[in-house]
Amino acid sequence: MSETITDYTNKLTIPKPEENFRHPMEAYIRSERFPHIWCSSCGIGTILTAYISGLQKSGLDPEKVAVVSGIGCSGRVAGYLRLDSFHSTHGRALPFATGLALGNPELKVSVISGDGDISAIGGNHFIHSARRNMNLTIICINNFTYAMTGGQAGPTTPIEANSSTTPYGSYEYPFNLPFLAESCGAVYVARWTALHIRRLTNAISEALLKPGFSFIEVISPCPTLYSRRNRLGTGLDSMKFYHDTAIIQHGAETREVDIEYQQKIIVGKFVDKEKPTFTEARDKFLKKKLGDRFVPYRGPNHGH
Amino acid sequence: MKADPMGVATGSHYLDGDHACAEGAIAGGCRFMAGYPITPSTEVAERIAERFPKIGGMFIQMEDELASMAAVSGAVWAGAKSMTVTSGPGFSLMMENIGLAVMMEVPCVVVNVQRGGPSTGLPTLTAQADMMQARWGSHGDYEIIALSPNSPQECFDLTITAFNLSEKWRVPVLFMMDECVGHMTEKVIIPNADEIEVTPRKYYKGKKESYRPYRFNGSNSVAPMVKAGDGYFIHITGLTHDERGYPVINAEAQEKNVKHLVNKILKNEEKIRIIEEDQVDGADVVVISYGISSRVAMNAVEAARKKGLKVGTLRLVTVWPFPESRIRELAKSVKAFVVPEINMGQISLEVERCAQGNAKTILVPHAGGWVHDPTDILNAIEESIV
Amino acid sequence: MSYWRVPLDIQDIKIPKGDIHIIIERCKGCKFCVEYCPRNVLEMSTDYNPKGYHYPNVIKQGACVNCNLCELICPEFSIYCLEGEAQPPDPDEVLRKGGNHES
Repeated sequence: MSETITDYTNKLTIPKPEENFRHPMEAYIRSERFPHIWCSSCGIGTILTAYISGLQKSGLDPEKVAVVSGIGCSGRVAGYLRLDSFHSTHGRALPFATGLALGNPELKVSVISGDGDISAIGGNHFIHSARRNMNLTIICINNFTYAMTGGQAGPTTPIEANSSTTPYGSYEYPFNLPFLAESCGAVYVARWTALHIRRLTNAISEALLKPGFSFIEVISPCPTLYSRRNRLGTGLDSMKFYHDTAIIQHGAETREVDIEYQQKIIVGKFVDKEKPTFTEARDKFLKKKLGDRFVPYRGPNHGH
Repeated sequence: MKADPMGVATGSHYLDGDHACAEGAIAGGCRFMAGYPITPSTEVAERIAERFPKIGGMFIQMEDELASMAAVSGAVWAGAKSMTVTSGPGFSLMMENIGLAVMMEVPCVVVNVQRGGPSTGLPTLTAQADMMQARWGSHGDYEIIALSPNSPQECFDLTITAFNLSEKWRVPVLFMMDECVGHMTEKVIIPNADEIEVTPRKYYKGKKESYRPYRFNGSNSVAPMVKAGDGYFIHITGLTHDERGYPVINAEAQEKNVKHLVNKILKNEEKIRIIEEDQVDGADVVVISYGISSRVAMNAVEAARKKGLKVGTLRLVTVWPFPESRIRELAKSVKAFVVPEINMGQISLEVERCAQGNAKTILVPHAGGWVHDPTDILNAIEESIV
Repeated sequence: MSYWRVPLDIQDIKIPKGDIHIIIERCKGCKFCVEYCPRNVLEMSTDYNPKGYHYPNVIKQGACVNCNLCELICPEFSIYCLEGEAQPPDPDEVLRKGGNHES
């Protein structure tokens, strides 16, 4: 940390180590692992801040919150959060989180991962977790590309956008993730960008407190790959683009919130409804069928 | 620790191997199962689905085997004893997350009721051709424990053993049944709960700051676990990691991590080992077999003994880790090993390697779909001595 | 817009003050904080930090109103705002600039 940093410019006032620990979110991050791997002006760090802030706002006990990530740039979020955090295999964050949430019903489990991880390789798990209304909060960081592997096209890459595997531009129809989530049964669906930091914080707090499958898509700058390949400038330029083009439309029809290349981005809270979670539905149903013979699963701290 | 009486169906039953395996899992403390239907293993999941709601277990039928195996690892970190069950094609799909479970040192049980392959192969007919996949089917270097039962009674008994071994060594234990054993119905005696020994998960109880989820110390032991939600704020990753669980991407960390994964099994092979030997002292030939093939081989061995041949048997109950030192020792006193297996030669390769040329190794292969004709094994025994 | 008189409840109002702290060595120079600070309190340095990035400096000490936007938008956990002592508004400034907080 600070004491190991060489002041080769001879111009710096390097803060004392204890200064670092006064960052109000220090308790929630594994700063001993800093600097994190994300590029300058990448949005993932901002979304991590929003997550911590949303968690604080929710009032949940951090000891009872677990985070699962998949693979990719966004997959590294778990490694920097000082919560019970799990970095699973590519695409399998949702089933891993399903096991964790079912295994200990006292936990609130979030999945923070990328668009490729959640909707391409993990697409099957995504639709089925939503269908079951599993008690999970999904934060899908969408940067329109596979960044960690060098900027390949993904399921959200807009038509026209350049990527290393669509060198002439992408011609595949991309996913509209909020529409996908809603049609599969999600009870809370929102989309924000990394710029809408306060609204995102509120959405994360709401989603964490919402029983069932909540889904937040966060559009995030990728300066090194998506933006560079498409000559869209830095992360700050992306943020300015979101400022100019994002339209807040709460309750918008999710079927109409497609994102086209460098066109308007409709953001807002699209879905917020009530439905029994997987466990609530299961327990109620089995109690009706089995009566007193039914023994609910109570988790590891309650014996059997 | 003794088994929880709530789950134990004490009594004398007439069960097939799949159902006995489900009962063994329940007696062994399993309370979470994620699975996906596949012949010939589905009956395990069906029985669990029927039994779990009455004993406080959680069964979920996942969308595929990838999800099943990932959910098992998640549930273990939540604190549940967990398993999944599948057959060949599903076993292939699970491999990536079996690797994750190995890397995260997740104690769990994966049941594979083997059928003929490759690909869809023979869904309803037997094989033993996933033995090498069990060993190294996931990418990278690691060791696991694999057990092979040869009767419904053993499907019950050894499933409990599988859970106990997985807890002791923090490793996925692969329970390698085959279609014959899975669908064979026999008498199964389930003892009283207080006669069933169950290894509880070892949990850490010290200071929160000094907890380390892994211990890489030459490998006679594994670190105790904690549960998500206990306030330890663990980080668990599939990346190469240090004892804190933090990713470290370099050759030194890889060396420590992988050596630990390998050594905790290989260096303790004799402690893990379960083999059954009969009349190997002074034998000219030893028949090495496992699973259903061991029962077929008995017919041939008895016929050979009646002809006056000195034939011993060695049955691998733990197939992996392989009882290397024992085979080496036997190779010095016997003329040949005969290895009947329902594949084109997998375990025979290990036997041949361990025999180091001191004894012949004769494979009696079978491509699957049915068990050996005992005559083929008898012929191999006779030829081996000539 | 300016007010024609000083608001009557001006004694009851206090303007929050923030004390900005910058962990220079964590900064990767994205400029989010400088761009989005509503009071334009920050400016990028001409110096480099040990990682070779320009980092933000506070140029208008005392103008920060502790909104914490810099803290929230910073991807590096390298800037944060602690609550300072809230100050009563300056009646002259209120008359001159009214509700317009942009300076």
